[in-house]
Amino acid sequence: MFVSYKWLQDYVDLSGITPEELAEKITKSGIEVEGVETLNEGIKGVVIGYVVQREQHPNADKLNKCLVDVGEEAPIQIICGAPNVAQGQKVAVAKVGAVLPGNFKIKRAKLRGEESNGMICSLQELGMEGKIVPKEYAEGIFVFPGDAEVGTDAIGALNRDDSILELGLTPNRSDCLSMLGVAYEVAAILGREVKLPEVRLESSSEMASDYIDIKVEAKEDNPLYVAKVIRNVKIAPSPLWMQTRLMAAGIRPHNNVVDITNYILLEYGQPLHAFDYDRLGSKEIVVRRATEGETMVTLDDVKRTLSADHLVISNGKEPVALAGVMGGANSEVSSETTTVLLESAYFSGAAVRKASKDHGLRSEASARFEKGVDPNRVRVSGDRAAYLMAKYADGEVLGGSVEADTLTVEPAVVSITLEKINRVLGTELSMNVIEDIFSRLQFDTNTEEDTITVTVPTRRGDIRIEEDLIEEVARLYGYDNIPKTLPEGSSTPGHLTGYQQKRRVVRHFLEGAGLYQAVTYSLTSEERVAQYALENGEAIRLAMPMSEDRSMLRLSIVPQLLEVLKYNSARQNENFGVYETGAVFLANKGVELPEEREHLAAAITGVWHSHSWQGEKKPVDFYVLKGILEGLFNKLGVSSQINYVQAKMDGMHPGRTAEILLNGAKIGFVGQVHPTVQKNFDLKDTFVFELSLKAVLEASVEPLHYNAIPRFPSITRDIALVAEKETASGQLKEIIAEAGGKLLKDVQVFDLYEGDRMEAGKKSIAFSLKYEDPEKTLTDEEVTKVHEKVLEALKEKARAVLRG
Amino acid sequence: MQERLQELQTEVLQKIEQSENLKELNEVRVAYLGKKGPITEVLRGMGKLSAEERPKMGALVNEVREAISVKLEEKQKELEEAEVLEKLASETIDVTLPGRPVKAGSHHPLTKIIEEIEDLFIGMGYQVAEGPEVEKDYYNFEALNLPKGHPARDMQDSFYISEEILLRTHTSPVQARTMEKHQGKGPVKIICPGKVYRRDNDDATHSHQFMQIEGLVIDENIRMSDLKGTLEVFAKKIFGEDREIRLRPSFFPFTEPSVEMDISCKICGGKGCSVCKGTGWIEILGAGMVHPNVLEMAGFDSKKYTGFAFGMGPERIAMLKYGIDDIRHFYTNDVRFLTQFSRHEE
Repeated sequence: MFVSYKWLQDYVDLSGITPEELAEKITKSGIEVEGVETLNEGIKGVVIGYVVQREQHPNADKLNKCLVDVGEEAPIQIICGAPNVAQGQKVAVAKVGAVLPGNFKIKRAKLRGEESNGMICSLQELGMEGKIVPKEYAEGIFVFPGDAEVGTDAIGALNRDDSILELGLTPNRSDCLSMLGVAYEVAAILGREVKLPEVRLESSSEMASDYIDIKVEAKEDNPLYVAKVIRNVKIAPSPLWMQTRLMAAGIRPHNNVVDITNYILLEYGQPLHAFDYDRLGSKEIVVRRATEGETMVTLDDVKRTLSADHLVISNGKEPVALAGVMGGANSEVSSETTTVLLESAYFSGAAVRKASKDHGLRSEASARFEKGVDPNRVRVSGDRAAYLMAKYADGEVLGGSVEADTLTVEPAVVSITLEKINRVLGTELSMNVIEDIFSRLQFDTNTEEDTITVTVPTRRGDIRIEEDLIEEVARLYGYDNIPKTLPEGSSTPGHLTGYQQKRRVVRHFLEGAGLYQAVTYSLTSEERVAQYALENGEAIRLAMPMSEDRSMLRLSIVPQLLEVLKYNSARQNENFGVYETGAVFLANKGVELPEEREHLAAAITGVWHSHSWQGEKKPVDFYVLKGILEGLFNKLGVSSQINYVQAKMDGMHPGRTAEILLNGAKIGFVGQVHPTVQKNFDLKDTFVFELSLKAVLEASVEPLHYNAIPRFPSITRDIALVAEKETASGQLKEIIAEAGGKLLKDVQVFDLYEGDRMEAGKKSIAFSLKYEDPEKTLTDEEVTKVHEKVLEALKEKARAVLRG
Repeated sequence: MQERLQELQTEVLQKIEQSENLKELNEVRVAYLGKKGPITEVLRGMGKLSAEERPKMGALVNEVREAISVKLEEKQKELEEAEVLEKLASETIDVTLPGRPVKAGSHHPLTKIIEEIEDLFIGMGYQVAEGPEVEKDYYNFEALNLPKGHPARDMQDSFYISEEILLRTHTSPVQARTMEKHQGKGPVKIICPGKVYRRDNDDATHSHQFMQIEGLVIDENIRMSDLKGTLEVFAKKIFGEDREIRLRPSFFPFTEPSVEMDISCKICGGKGCSVCKGTGWIEILGAGMVHPNVLEMAGFDSKKYTGFAFGMGPERIAMLKYGIDDIRHFYTNDVRFLTQFSRHEE
């Protein structure tokens, strides 16, 4: 809502308060003023001139040579390019020395050999937007009415010596979609009076009811319809002050009748519609739902196909307006109009919203109906419009109104105790303060002991319950005046859950290991959605995606991380790793909500360890990433429950991928991205893992328990084995551990050779075995006995023998 | 003989003194104290001495040997030390060369902000509550006093999956769920961080996915002044002790009264600048007293219980705090962006 500071003074005395101060006060008490625009900012030296003479420029077809009286001793010569300039016009003249918006300075000039001592201005050149300039002046200069005084300030005459407050209204404050609503608000803030607009109807003896019959079939959508008839109107431009007020509010002037309806819309917040009575095609108005497939042409010359959801005003046969949204072209007021049927109605927000949404037509009118107009302003708005039509369009207002009224208007009556107000706000206000606040709001009150009963005017439909009253008190008392305290009463322990704590541990560990945390989008494309998915679930599609790229909820995080690596690699950052924790989403048939699983994924690429001047450069490999995972599982205390098994998976290198098992159940994978995919993403060797974080964090972990530090020395035996190439080291280790029994404390791989010196299909793998007895020093014989058993088992179970 | 000994002593001590390294010193030792050395020779001549002279002479020889030994030892130590110094000097390195880098990643700046806020409120007795990102219309809207057809639903155009299921548009459904779990019994003190989604075209200030963190306190006798005090603690902790707060009335369907909180602008100190659009204040969050309908729908007696709630955007806070000018940076994950948030902050 654009509020003219000058116009507002018609209703509230603003003396002693600048527009900026007013804006600050309004903002602090509840309605955010998003900006204050000074309309004449940067404009100087523009006066009203009279075009004494106009002739063709001798050297240019498209230029006019004008003699303009600007109230000085002699008329001045101005060369003007506007097509509509003519002798006898009153126009805005920027004299030599004048300044126009954009710091455009007017200087004496010679145009094609002819002197020009200024510029005749269009409204756009005076800083107004083309879309609000009256159509007839949109392509040329603006022409003032004949009574404009030559030599006086043109900016003042155009009401540009004004400031516009732009209100950012929240949905509850639609009462301020009108100048009067703003006036009540400002009056409450300032503690001043509201002056209501003038309505003085002199009705003719002929009655409107002789001209029109109103029938409302859709009573729920339209509980009140008021029609007035104004005869003998003379369509002409509306007075300049009205046009300028409309333009300042962002509405383009048309003619007196249409402008008056728009003026009332701004003044009362009540949208009106003027029909050309003679073009209605009948003597009745029937308000009804459209029939399915019915069509009509709206004012903007678009043919609309309607449905039974849409409310229409009809002439008994066909629609003449889309109720509350836009009139029909067939009954539009034109320069020929002599009799006006004026509609002032209460349409339900839901009916108007549906039509305006379906047809993509959001108008000043529909916006107000959607949020709810004041039922008590329907009649007075019509009366005031009729009065203005009599005054500014020479109309004759017929007696009475024709109404269809099923509306019950009950003001809200809300009671509250002083104790409750103070208890909720944390204040110690007295009843006097409360009463004063409601009186400033012009709400009627009745106080009995500790209880105040407030009758809320219908213009404030947002106030229904006690808490609404508390808000009115708080905002007008001032939030600055409310004390600062902290909650008292029962204390609560503040802590993270075990799960949340562990999630933080995971983040810190991975970051300590060199990975950066990424946060990517949950929405992805259909093409990407199933890639690298851990679970065989169905993905979820949005009902109305904004784009194909963001149309489905992800089943995996890895594709998003690959995208991150790609983005960075393309910007010369080819060596790094990222991880992400976040939800993936699986459609859940039968149950309402999808299943959200928290996953952890990581991706690393390029060189991992490097020490530039020492010439060290270690690229990432499978074991770098697996090492990070092992470290993480150690940190979380679940290592003993984890296993890795060779696996194959779409998008992954067939020989360098493992499934991660937790107590035998698959919870994730780790490995190298398939070289083809790497190529598609323009990546060097890249390794990724993704796992169910939930599974890992919910795995049961043994409590920490101290083990005595061994007092007796251990004995280490190293063995180098020749084994089948396919035999996994993990398998050999398991055999060793099993055969080694209690005395075997630790087994580590310390060498692997698969080179030319080995027999085909064989490899050499070396283990270091540590034996220890907590009770005594082991003898060589004791160790040898167990060690022999280990070697025997290796031979028997894996055909792995000591290397000769 | 006595003279000969004294001569020898002088000669040996001089030779010892003149030795330049351990090898030379050893040569001196062997030459003079060895079996074929002059001192041994002197000792051999002792047999010719009288019984009276012999002990006298013996004592003298021992004296000389002792003096030489002491000197030898001294010199040996001196030379050894010099040798060590020389060796160490040759091992000098360039200490200005860079060390071996330690790999370290870091929190995403949004996580940094969220954890900071979580920790602050945990310290004040709050728990961290989480909930699903795909929500029922009921929890996202209806339980928060936003019935179907409510005009405020326009403010947050949503990604629906079906008529009843959508991507949550705020973290408030977590509040609704938590309240429901409490079955009408206070106190409730939670902070809810998480991802939310709205139908916005991504640009410098809009993102179809972003974070929110909300707080909720419900108990008997929770007051608007408690909200104001709590928000001030928050603002001063996150933005600095010198910041002021102000509350402005606002509107949210789930709170009544509703407010927005501004903090004084750090850049201009409240005088007005381009960052605060000339107002001296920067909008940080929305808050209010929990609407009685919301309490009642979750099973709380709104006559007995009151509560406050507040909600903010970690992106906005990070943008203000660190001077980030484009919200898309948070989701592009450019390493040149991420690495800037790795260091500890005062």
